[in-house]
Amino acid sequence: MSDQKLPQRPLSPHLSIYKPQITSALSIFHRITGVAMAFGALLVTWWFVAGAVSPGYFDFVDGLMTSLIGDLVMFGLLWALMYHALNGIRHLIWDAGRGMDIETVNKSGIFVIGASLVLTLIIALIV
Amino acid sequence: MAEFRLPKNSRIRTGKTWPKPEGAKNTRTFRIYRWSPEDGENPRVDTYFVDTDDCGPMILDALIWIKNKVDPTLSFRRSCREGICGSCAMNIGGTNTLACIRGMDEYEGDIAIYPLPHMEVVRDLIPDLTHFYAQHASIMPWLETKTPEPEREWRQSIEDRKKLDGLYECVMCASCSTSCPSYWWNGDRYLGPATLLHAYRWMIDSRDEATGERLDQLEDPFKLYRCHTIMNCTNTCPKGLNPAKAIAEIKKMMVERKL
Repeated sequence: MSDQKLPQRPLSPHLSIYKPQITSALSIFHRITGVAMAFGALLVTWWFVAGAVSPGYFDFVDGLMTSLIGDLVMFGLLWALMYHALNGIRHLIWDAGRGMDIETVNKSGIFVIGASLVLTLIIALIV
Repeated sequence: MAEFRLPKNSRIRTGKTWPKPEGAKNTRTFRIYRWSPEDGENPRVDTYFVDTDDCGPMILDALIWIKNKVDPTLSFRRSCREGICGSCAMNIGGTNTLACIRGMDEYEGDIAIYPLPHMEVVRDLIPDLTHFYAQHASIMPWLETKTPEPEREWRQSIEDRKKLDGLYECVMCASCSTSCPSYWWNGDRYLGPATLLHAYRWMIDSRDEATGERLDQLEDPFKLYRCHTIMNCTNTCPKGLNPAKAIAEIKKMMVERKL
């Protein structure tokens, strides 16, 4: 029997059937926050550049950035920064080969989420 | 590249519901992935009812019960039924494990069973492991020596032998590799957790004399460094091993040899 007569084999399902894991969820969140911050850096640059363009243009961009939506975006970016930084430290510890058993991984993951929220709130309240 | 959607020929359609066993008092519902190369149709998910009073306690017992009593066409690999051969690895209740060492009572509600994720399917729950085995073969999974062979055996101290604990137990069931999103998206070039755990097992074997060559071989943007420490591998390993840690140790060796 020749293989060519058989239909092409299907690919087994992956993302759609794999139960969400703390491990992979925090990992993809690390990447998402990284991308979000790249976007946020552009926003902040735009803010600065607007100041160099003209007073009128700065007022326009400054108004956007300090509006309710601007505040919300900045709050989100602050959280992204806190999470990414804390989780980055978690990754550094792993790179040293430490804290890699599943129990510690789950604990440190939950700690990073909690600590990033607390830090974000504290900074937001101060600023 | 990451391709999140399943190809057209792989999308799952609704399957059939098989009759409930007559007179059964206690049943469990199984939703099982089916695909056959003969009918030219897309995969489907069939529903089966297992009489738990007539069946052993493990998931593998239920699969064998279905094959014997309900549907002889249901196909899956199995052999040792005690977690040592690695044949019955599959995705059960959303995570990869061995059907023979997981009890039905470890799951709530309906039990969904799929083949190992992101693999080519040969039939039903049987994935094609050709590429996976080829990757394992590529890391020289044997003792490489340069010094002349000793008169008797290659000796190893008890301390050095201990370094292999947590590594030699791997049965190559592929649960870890197929739980890894990085392996899903780049499995053609990334070696994946199982193969890398074996690579490390030979690197730290005190009798092996090819550590340098082994590290050279992995010095590549894909083979080793597509591991982003996601840790799904360690989370799912049915033998309780830690492939992610083994990979971290290889990365450390890569750095240390340059210092």
